[in-house]
Amino acid sequence: MKILKNSLLLVVIGYMAWMMFNLYKDYDSRTALNDTASYYAEIGPDETGAANLVTSVVVTYRGLDTLGEVTILFLTAAIIGLLLRTEKGSRLVPLRASSEFLITAARVLIPMITLIGVYIFINGHLTPGGGFQGGAVLASTFILLLISISNKKLGHRVLEFTEAISGFSFVLIGILGIILASGFLDNHILPLGKFGTLFSAGAIPVIYSLIGLKVGAELSTIILEFNQIQGKEDEVS
Amino acid sequence: MIQTILIILISVVMLVMAFVAIYHKNLQVAVIASGIISLFASVAYIFLAAPDVAITEASIGSVLTVAIFFYVLNKIRHEDIKK
Repeated sequence: MKILKNSLLLVVIGYMAWMMFNLYKDYDSRTALNDTASYYAEIGPDETGAANLVTSVVVTYRGLDTLGEVTILFLTAAIIGLLLRTEKGSRLVPLRASSEFLITAARVLIPMITLIGVYIFINGHLTPGGGFQGGAVLASTFILLLISISNKKLGHRVLEFTEAISGFSFVLIGILGIILASGFLDNHILPLGKFGTLFSAGAIPVIYSLIGLKVGAELSTIILEFNQIQGKEDEVS
Repeated sequence: MIQTILIILISVVMLVMAFVAIYHKNLQVAVIASGIISLFASVAYIFLAAPDVAITEASIGSVLTVAIFFYVLNKIRHEDIKK
């Protein structure tokens, strides 16, 4: 039986390898961009005013997809919160205190990493990165904060407030685009400004900062949920 | 040329770490190995000219995922000791 299973696995892996090899054999790299890509590359910078083409695609041309991604992330955070909900009567076991090295290092590093995260999403229209990347960096700061103050209780309030306000403003700016400019999430509601400066590209920096705050708050909420089940033990189980 | 050699080295390290992550008996070592895969993958993305993917991979793959795995491992170990 085991031999049968292994030989079957071998056949499947062999088939996959043959399939991949055929893909590789016929591959020759493109020398020119295809129609959609060349449209974005040629007209994009003038139309949106963003120096980073990826950002102009993610926030303006495919802005609705970004809204969907943020919604999926919000649903994930909400479902994790629902599944990890602990009972009120559960008993709290104190965790081991963090070491002095960790606390001191965290005090130095947390402001710097936060600054990098904010830089990444504010400069999303100029340099690589943007809301999602900056938000993820902010959430990694939050991990450092949590492991350096292991026994203090942190409230959900600020995170929930940030997430709600930034998500609401994101949709509101999108709707403003319908009223003031040509469509949902259009960035022309603010003046385009000088190409390549911080205050340029219309509403893109504002939208990306809101996305950054929202993603950071959501990922931090997920981490906080996991952190809060650590010291708790359910009486029943 | 140097770039090709570096990419091959990174890929070899990622493969070795993948095997460590699968076959190592100690779960903590396995989780850290899977974090190292992400770290080297982010370096590989920089070589492949995708810096924003590299930032995402470095912060989500090698920090957030590893942290969540450790939280869950800690929780499971506590439950085991209690039983």
